[in-house]
Amino acid sequence: MATATVVAGRPVRRRRAVRTGGLTRGSALGLGVALTWFSLLVLIPLSAVVVKAAGGGWQTFADTFANDQTMAALRLTVSTSVVITAVNMVMGTAIAWVLVRDHFWGKRVLDVIIDIPFALPTIVAGLVLLSLYGADGPLGVDVANTRKAVLLAIAFVTLPFVVRTVQPVLEELEHDVEEASASLGASRLTTFRRVILPTLVPAIFAGASLSFARGISEYGSLVLLSGNLPGKTEVTSVRVLSYLEGGNPASAAAVATIMLVVALLAIVTLDVVQRRVSRRG
Amino acid sequence: MVETPTAVRWLLRVVVVGYLFMLIAWPTSLVVQRTFEHGLEGLRVALSDPDVTHALWLTAQVSVIAVIINLVFGVGVSLLLVRSRFVGRRLLSALIDLPLAVSPVVVGLALVLVYNGRFGWFGPFLEQHGIQVVFAMPGMVMATCFVALPLVVREVVPVLEEIGDDQEQAARCLGANSMQTFWRITLPGIKWAVVYGVVLSLARSLGEFGAVKVVAGNVTGETQLATLVVQQKYQNFEQETAYSVSFILAAAAVLCIVIVSLLRPKENR
Repeated sequence: MATATVVAGRPVRRRRAVRTGGLTRGSALGLGVALTWFSLLVLIPLSAVVVKAAGGGWQTFADTFANDQTMAALRLTVSTSVVITAVNMVMGTAIAWVLVRDHFWGKRVLDVIIDIPFALPTIVAGLVLLSLYGADGPLGVDVANTRKAVLLAIAFVTLPFVVRTVQPVLEELEHDVEEASASLGASRLTTFRRVILPTLVPAIFAGASLSFARGISEYGSLVLLSGNLPGKTEVTSVRVLSYLEGGNPASAAAVATIMLVVALLAIVTLDVVQRRVSRRG
Repeated sequence: MVETPTAVRWLLRVVVVGYLFMLIAWPTSLVVQRTFEHGLEGLRVALSDPDVTHALWLTAQVSVIAVIINLVFGVGVSLLLVRSRFVGRRLLSALIDLPLAVSPVVVGLALVLVYNGRFGWFGPFLEQHGIQVVFAMPGMVMATCFVALPLVVREVVPVLEEIGDDQEQAARCLGANSMQTFWRITLPGIKWAVVYGVVLSLARSLGEFGAVKVVAGNVTGETQLATLVVQQKYQNFEQETAYSVSFILAAAAVLCIVIVSLLRPKENR
């Protein structure tokens, strides 16, 4: 029996105790249907991946780690995602800053441009980048089938995450605090470092973990751009697919499980770092 | 407001605009340019290819079905998460975001492991009863549902929390039943959040590639979706057709985000 608990972080709008003691018959039915669908669609299939990977015992994982091609793909994917996430933390915050604090003609257009990577089909994103940075692009640089292409593609698809998490926080930020800090003699840099940045840190890290998770799982935009050269530009998603197409679902599941674990580890690590940093601020 | 020094402001402005121009704006505009290099000829050739039209039509069907399912599921789950208290509510709320952290290829793999007709967990049983999931419509719809699942919930939950349930309680007191309360009170309150969620889901569904590639089997003219046509045509050196289909998909996506950005300020007012 649920009681009137106040969940932390929720805007306290309700003045009375929570109306429902438990579930009405209608909402219990709804919950049942929703949970069944969610299990059939998400939970059971994802556990099937883990079960399949664990089915072969440690041997499957050992074989996967012993495979040079897979390890090269893992290293490339993780290192690229780390670099791009770091870039996004800086550039994303800068972009959010410009969108909120700066005013110039055409700013509205920038706001729409930020969302393009979210909305664009990933395969089209690859084609888009290829048209400028590919063989017959107007710049004359050809990054297709190189590691630069992987960097570029991941930078493109993960761009909006940090911007869109930092932007609302920056909009809500009270100017009084900054003015107080300035009137107490803090320089602009000190105000930024000691007052503004600590407020933004949780949002920056939240965006960073989304961006990292997206980065290591990227597939569509790389298909046309990176050429999937084994040991050179091949990423982990491609390894999963080629294992599956090669009739080896157990190895595919093992690589997929490693990807899930890396994503979870990254999310937890960034959360821990974020707590540390904001406590010190 | 504490003013940022002019030099810093200009530096930031130039860096940001330059970065976005080089990474997004210029490449995107080139695709438009390539599509219309020979006027409308490219689009005409692409649209007279039966494989292309079939793929576009299939993409539209799959996306609409997936969006409707996600809409019903999303609004329902949001209401349950915000308005009811049950064991495991926090857990469910965390799990809903899971699809965002899973690679599309892994989504495809997961569905294949459970629903394929040969060695899947449920696949052989379903196939005996005449339902083919993988390499068929249900699989494509499920893959699309999976990747776009959290979008409606993420838009609707914050709005539901903010409007509170005072009005719903008032309606109840005045004798409205739960259907009336939902249609007359709750839905108008969350209307715009639902619209954003639907538009975002639609954009995501139209563009899904990795998950449907694994699940759909990519048989030209049968289970080939528009994004898979782009890959095939590009790799077959029919670049103009690839650019044309890309343009159609990109135009639909950009239209979606423009609609969202036009709606957004309206809600704030």
